[in-house]
Amino acid sequence: MTDLTRLSLTAAREGLAEGHFTATELTQAYLGAIETAGALNAYVLATPEKALAMAKASDARYAKGEAGPLDGLPLGVKDNYAVEGVRTTAGSNILKNFVPPYESTVTSRLWGDGAVLLGKLNQDEFAMGSSTESSAFGPTVNPWRRAGSTQPLVPGGSSGGSAAAVAAHLCAGAAGTDTGGSIRQPAAFTGTVGIKPTYGRCSRWGIVAYASSLDQAGPIARSVNDAALLLRSMAGHDPKDSTSVDRAVPDYEAAVGASVKGKRIGIPREYRVDGMSPEIVALWDKGADMLRSAGAEIVDISLPHTKYALPSYYIVALAEASSNLARYDGVRYGERVPGRDIVEMYEKTRASGFGAEVRRRIMIGTYVLSAGYYDAYYLKAQKVRTLIKRDFETVFADGIDAVLAPATPSPAFGIGEKSGADPVAMYLEDVFTVTLNMAGLPGIAVPAGRSAEGLPLGLQLIGRPFGEEALFSLGQVIEEAAGRFEVSDRWWE
Amino acid sequence: MNMHSRPADPKKLIKGATGDWEVVIGMEIHAQVTSNSKLFSGSSTEFGGEPNSHVSLVDAAMPGMLPVINAECVKQAVRTGLGLKAQINNRSVFDRKNYFYPDLPQGYQISQYKSPIVGEGVVLVDTADGQIEVGIERLHLEQDAGKSIHDQHPTLSLVDLNRSGVALMEIVSKPDLRSSEEAKAYVTKLRTILRYLGTCDGDMEKGSLRADVNVSVRKPGDDFGTRCEIKNVNSIRFIGQAIETEARRQIGILEDGGRIDQETRLFDPNRGETRSMRSKEEAHDYRYFPDPDLLPLEFDDAFVAELKAHLPELPDEKKARFVADYGLSAYDADVLVAEKETAAYYEEVAKGRDAKAAANFVINELFGRLNKEGKDIGSSPVSAAQIGAIVDLIADGTISGKIAKDLFEIVFTEGGDPRVLVEERGMRQVTDTGAIEAAVDAIIAANPDKVAQVQAKPTMLGWFVGQVMKQTGGKANPQAVNDLLKGKLGI
Repeated sequence: MTDLTRLSLTAAREGLAEGHFTATELTQAYLGAIETAGALNAYVLATPEKALAMAKASDARYAKGEAGPLDGLPLGVKDNYAVEGVRTTAGSNILKNFVPPYESTVTSRLWGDGAVLLGKLNQDEFAMGSSTESSAFGPTVNPWRRAGSTQPLVPGGSSGGSAAAVAAHLCAGAAGTDTGGSIRQPAAFTGTVGIKPTYGRCSRWGIVAYASSLDQAGPIARSVNDAALLLRSMAGHDPKDSTSVDRAVPDYEAAVGASVKGKRIGIPREYRVDGMSPEIVALWDKGADMLRSAGAEIVDISLPHTKYALPSYYIVALAEASSNLARYDGVRYGERVPGRDIVEMYEKTRASGFGAEVRRRIMIGTYVLSAGYYDAYYLKAQKVRTLIKRDFETVFADGIDAVLAPATPSPAFGIGEKSGADPVAMYLEDVFTVTLNMAGLPGIAVPAGRSAEGLPLGLQLIGRPFGEEALFSLGQVIEEAAGRFEVSDRWWE
Repeated sequence: MNMHSRPADPKKLIKGATGDWEVVIGMEIHAQVTSNSKLFSGSSTEFGGEPNSHVSLVDAAMPGMLPVINAECVKQAVRTGLGLKAQINNRSVFDRKNYFYPDLPQGYQISQYKSPIVGEGVVLVDTADGQIEVGIERLHLEQDAGKSIHDQHPTLSLVDLNRSGVALMEIVSKPDLRSSEEAKAYVTKLRTILRYLGTCDGDMEKGSLRADVNVSVRKPGDDFGTRCEIKNVNSIRFIGQAIETEARRQIGILEDGGRIDQETRLFDPNRGETRSMRSKEEAHDYRYFPDPDLLPLEFDDAFVAELKAHLPELPDEKKARFVADYGLSAYDADVLVAEKETAAYYEEVAKGRDAKAAANFVINELFGRLNKEGKDIGSSPVSAAQIGAIVDLIADGTISGKIAKDLFEIVFTEGGDPRVLVEERGMRQVTDTGAIEAAVDAIIAANPDKVAQVQAKPTMLGWFVGQVMKQTGGKANPQAVNDLLKGKLGI
């Protein structure tokens, strides 16, 4: 039975369509895998009853020949997606008993196409973090270990539960969200594929907001093709999200395997940051070679404002977060700690409901918007954002089709290694990923090699606005050249 | 700033111990947009539902909920801007105004801070001393808050979110007003314009129109003084009282050598005083920034032109037309156009009739009587057709003006067709000179002493007219009575 969890989405779909196994059997296989994987702490809530009910309904659809594009495929969903009737916490104590009476647009699209919900996946609290250590449910553990070591490693974050579950075959694919790298960085740390689509491609309605102008939904999957299949279902215009874009969703699967001959790939010199490990430099060069071998042209380019992206990201994102999280006040829903008066109630509720990193980010965000500091911080960061966008517009206007860069500055690190006294050490994890969020561009992380210690390393391709198809084509080239990355030692079972 | 553009009007100054003071007033009017649903959600805006019965997931700020602009509210704001002869901004931006309060579910109000939908405009206001121009600084769209209720539970406050998210237009005037009378006239006029446009019902009792009043005082010719803002005044009468009270408070402080602190105050009509709302620890920093959940609000000139083409005739234009076409006095025209419905009623009465006579009857008889009953034109028991019939009966000499008043009273209280009533109740005035002559002769014969008096002093004629009218039950044509008496008395 466990074999079924090894299947790709397309293979599983074929097996279901041809009647080799049922959606119920497939779902049971994953539920069984989840049960043995408590040590990973990837799920904050498994929903076996709902999963089996959805699988049963899927089997009925297959029987009637009415199966949808994802019918019977068991997925995990990051805990910041509202799923109707299923506890949704965004990894926070302040929402620890919150059960939404509504369904996010993206998940309802997934269920509409027949997918099965296995449960909710761990994440950094309110998606604030790069290691999934700030979750109220404790850290998720990366299924990968360094060769010869049993030290637990982080799966990256904030969609660390999603990435770990996909890598460990605890779901066939997962829905994550990416505000500054939260899909791509964990994908790179776990040898999986993650894509953050263009801002506006997926609806944000029903996803617990972190930073509204940066948040995007996207899939994490075990292959480029699987990611393409999932994104096709997740994407689309939603009149309930004013920032979603009314534009037809292409058949992303068709782009997988399409030729990349003649595509011009930019290598931005500003991404060669000081102290970058030789391993990552080598991986980057290898990735360029893979694309060149497939007929793409490799071009050196300049994105001059790159170095300002990270600090401006941490101003814009935290400013928005400080306002977005104001609604968690203990008045209408969520946890409440009583106080002598309303102000004390707010203070106690928010002090106990939010973890340290969330409190830190709310305070920084509040500060940068304050009278007297707004111009120096928020306004300046927005100007930098415009310049970053313009950097990309310039290279795209010069005929560049996509940009190739590392996904992360290093492979997965140990739990506790970067969650110490200096929060900036963790913020630096996002150095290669935040620029896209600032520019609203799509980016895909694809595993491309291994570190000396045997850990997966990822490369990132950055596309034109709504250029996801090119990313899938190019990503497939890297995947074919580098091969799949499977965890060989299922030590947690 | 046009700080000295209006010379101080001596009639409007307030006398203090150290001389005259001029009060300077600017207003922020919060007008609830007339629309079926809220500014950013599909919830109903109906007034008076069960608490929390008009609350969507968006209004309650549930996790992951997003605002979507209601196009009708945008149209209403543009219509209002056009009615205020104001600059319409084809691009405006929604900002978040951040503060914590239990009736503010999001923890921020969505408003427009730096880029409002409507810019500068002007309102013409008629006062007893003539017309003044009041500048409009801006109009922006924003969300209303919910309501905190403190008297329903021994230890808790309750919150009703029915109003939360309802669209408001904040209309900010320039500091162009110089007396409480001007301020009241301005709000009245603004309310009239909004009601004509159909963009706000102007119902102050339901809170559809609220005013924040900025008041400062200065010696005539000086620069502006420090202002205080009196929040949430909810009737035109209270606006006047609040300004008078606050101006005198400020004058008292200044004349005692004190200084005015810029602050927010509340008017207490029961005590006739304004009180500081300030609490020490809360100097709010609203941390405005553009709402990232909403794109800038953009529309083209054609959108504005389309709305402009369908604007109703506004009170200023209607008044000018009434003066020009009907020959009414400016005062009468003003009275008639104050409400769209009364103007329409009047025009129905005036159609095909003597417009001035129609205006007189509508203003003096109908409005007087409605006022007495506390009714408005919409609930008038007398239709325009009935009034028209009465005016016709006067015009063709069937009844006298005096009888017309009696007839109107019957129609007002009992109803009925005036033409039929005149016949049924024998109210037709007597124009038969034979019958009048008989009465005249009888009076002359019976009062030889008065005859001698009137011949010496012709103004005594009024006594004879009165006697004849009495004898004929008021139905004699007054002109015929006059003519006959004059002839027979030889005066």
